[in-house]
Amino acid sequence: MENKEKKGNAFTNNPIVKAVGAQKIVVLLAVILLYVVFFVMSSSFRQYTTLVSLLDSSYYIGFMAIGVTFCLITGGVDLSIGTGMICYALMGAFCIVKLGMPVGVGMLICVVAGIIFGFFNGFLVAILNLPPFIATLCTMMITRGLGSIFTGGLSIAWPSSSTPQGWFRTIFKINTSGVLLPIGIVFLVLAVVIMSLVLNKTRPGRYIIAIGSNKEALRLSGVNVVKWQWLAYVISGFFTGLAAIAYAGVLSSSVAPGSGAGLELNAIGAAIIGGTSMNGGSGTVVGTLLGVLIMSLLNIGLPNIGLQANWQQIITGLVLILAISLDVFKNKKLARA
Amino acid sequence: MGEVILTMKGIDKSFPGVHALDHVDLEIRKGEVHALMGENGAGKSTLMKVLTGIYSMDEGSITYEGKQVTFTNPREAQAAGIVIVHQELNMMNHLTVAQNIFIGREMMSGKLINDSKMNKEAIKLFQKLNIDINPNDKMGDLTVGKQQMCEIAKAISHEAKVIIFDEPSAALTETEIEELFKIIRDLRDQGLGIVYISHRMDEIKVITDRVTVMRDGGYVGTLITKDSTKDDIINMMVGRVIYEDPKTESNVAPDAPVVLKVEHLNAGKMVRDVSFELHKGEILGFSGLMGAGRTETARALFGADPKDGGDIYINGTKVDIKTPMDAVKAGIGYLSEDRKRFGIVVAKTVAENSTMANLDNFTSGLFINKKKENQIAQRYVEELKTKTPTVDTEVVNLSGGNQQKVVIAKWLVRNCDILIFDEPTRGIDVGAKSEIYHLMNELVAEGKSIIMISSEMTEVLRMSDRIVVMCEGKKTGEIDIAEATQENIMHAATLRD
Repeated sequence: MENKEKKGNAFTNNPIVKAVGAQKIVVLLAVILLYVVFFVMSSSFRQYTTLVSLLDSSYYIGFMAIGVTFCLITGGVDLSIGTGMICYALMGAFCIVKLGMPVGVGMLICVVAGIIFGFFNGFLVAILNLPPFIATLCTMMITRGLGSIFTGGLSIAWPSSSTPQGWFRTIFKINTSGVLLPIGIVFLVLAVVIMSLVLNKTRPGRYIIAIGSNKEALRLSGVNVVKWQWLAYVISGFFTGLAAIAYAGVLSSSVAPGSGAGLELNAIGAAIIGGTSMNGGSGTVVGTLLGVLIMSLLNIGLPNIGLQANWQQIITGLVLILAISLDVFKNKKLARA
Repeated sequence: MGEVILTMKGIDKSFPGVHALDHVDLEIRKGEVHALMGENGAGKSTLMKVLTGIYSMDEGSITYEGKQVTFTNPREAQAAGIVIVHQELNMMNHLTVAQNIFIGREMMSGKLINDSKMNKEAIKLFQKLNIDINPNDKMGDLTVGKQQMCEIAKAISHEAKVIIFDEPSAALTETEIEELFKIIRDLRDQGLGIVYISHRMDEIKVITDRVTVMRDGGYVGTLITKDSTKDDIINMMVGRVIYEDPKTESNVAPDAPVVLKVEHLNAGKMVRDVSFELHKGEILGFSGLMGAGRTETARALFGADPKDGGDIYINGTKVDIKTPMDAVKAGIGYLSEDRKRFGIVVAKTVAENSTMANLDNFTSGLFINKKKENQIAQRYVEELKTKTPTVDTEVVNLSGGNQQKVVIAKWLVRNCDILIFDEPTRGIDVGAKSEIYHLMNELVAEGKSIIMISSEMTEVLRMSDRIVVMCEGKKTGEIDIAEATQENIMHAATLRD
């Protein structure tokens, strides 16, 4: 057992593959492959506007996925992100449209509400020791109901880009002489870089990984596991708040209560496709970003080759099964090692 | 005692690195209660696992009811009438008593399970045992004693001819033990062969007819219980040649200050009114049999489990330790008996595990200083002679002894003055063992103090300056190394009140 050399094939032993991680390269290849397939099969997919809308959906799924990656790495999950995102977007819209607040305040409300609910989830999981799945399922129902109450069950639109209050939409898209520049990608990539650093280079990140790997060992090392587990849910809430802004910013129509259910699975699925383990202890933010691109490609690409919503769900489900099977397979190998 | 029903002869079994059973003999007669005794790790459980087909044997033969047999799994043994009542009860708490007893062989009417028939059958079984349990109760609602009775009922429902009791009294109250003994005597009088595994010397005298003693995987001898004394049995259990020289006198200066004082520590059933002192530069051995409450004492002291009461003083100052965080702040480090589960974060690297208890000191600004972390990890890899390709190697790829060194490094990086070593050499090969011993001696020479919990008598006698002995959650002895012998330690370890 001592100094055991890891076995592998030519691919996994390649130094570049080792440095980046085999799963990320496979997912990157899958992103390219999917893109090429849709590109060849569909003329509408080849249009520039399709690329822009593909990125549009990447923003909000991406922010949610970055946040939930931290929960998953602790060995938990946050199911409240989908309905939470809609709830915060509705709260923001309500404050701007009905109460006449500036749009900047509306955005701040999204983020603060996200942090508050993240705090709440963290309390349920880290202090009360509720199973994360159940605790965040409850928060999912609470946020869904709360969003509807705020608007009296009606849809509300954030200010459109033609109004002075619509400046916030230029965070994601700038219209320069008729061409839409999707600059939101800059913020998404920036978030990935920052959170990658947090996860891999800072104490909170190190502890969050260690909680997922062996919480009791970390506790017996004299580390405050409650605090760091709690933080993972606050991070998830914060990024759900950002996702709410992105959702409002790219959606030209109004935000509808009840439309967020199921979106959490897009984000969680993205993280898992990107190599984050359902059992906790491992995962990367860059992998999550690649997973997000896969989800967005499926969401936008499948309708373009004539497969409508129902088919889209079936295929997304199958892709997730594939990703989770890979995770289970990896864990089995680890257990045998 | 009737005729011989079961003979195990020359049973030999090796695992990688361990000769677990060395040509062991055992003979069970109809209508006898036969004690199987030995220290922790003597090979009692392994022998029973070979008998019931959980392990295969390398050499030897088993004769059962006049025929040579080999069971390849417990089901085959069960079908032949050899059944184990386990120490940890294997019951499904959410099912009823009858459903548990007949699990896997439910009585059917057509395609449906016939619960009322199973209840009736269960009542018949209980009548045989002269006990009163409602077969329709949920298993989880019964006391441990009653659950054990159900396990016995399950055993006789298999038409058992030989029943093995593995430490049956460990979790029982006095009255429950009385009831258990009554049942065991009944079964014996019905002509069953009973194997009774226990550490409790006084029980052996009360319930058994013969005693077979094992030591270090070997067969020592068989005695008639009523013709032998407690001392005869203890001498057979411990009378080995000790390979390593035991310590003859304490290395601690008589005026060495007390660094840790524990007074009246209480935590649950397993830690009852434990008090002791630890001196600077001392190795304080904690001896006792399995379930004596030593690990529980350490965990309560360290704040890993809640305390019911008791005071802890470090260097004369009272400290309030509620969590492991408090303990670490007070300068205590704990090396768990179960490294894989509690000691290290296994999927991570040597360097990351080394700084896990003291990451604050390896953070510059926002970020972890990887260079500094690698330097300190490298330093301790060299100092402790940890065999690892690099400090970035994942700990899961190291051997047990080297994993233990990584855990020691973690507490040395933290600069803890009081270290609790819980079974420091469990599962470690002989070479690495003496390295760990050497390391512990160096640590106390540098002025650190060590509490060493160990189930190995030779280890206790070789390393300790003083020995605290525990039995059933209580401190039953404190022996200076100059006066310590295997016999007086074992006496204290079996001292029940």
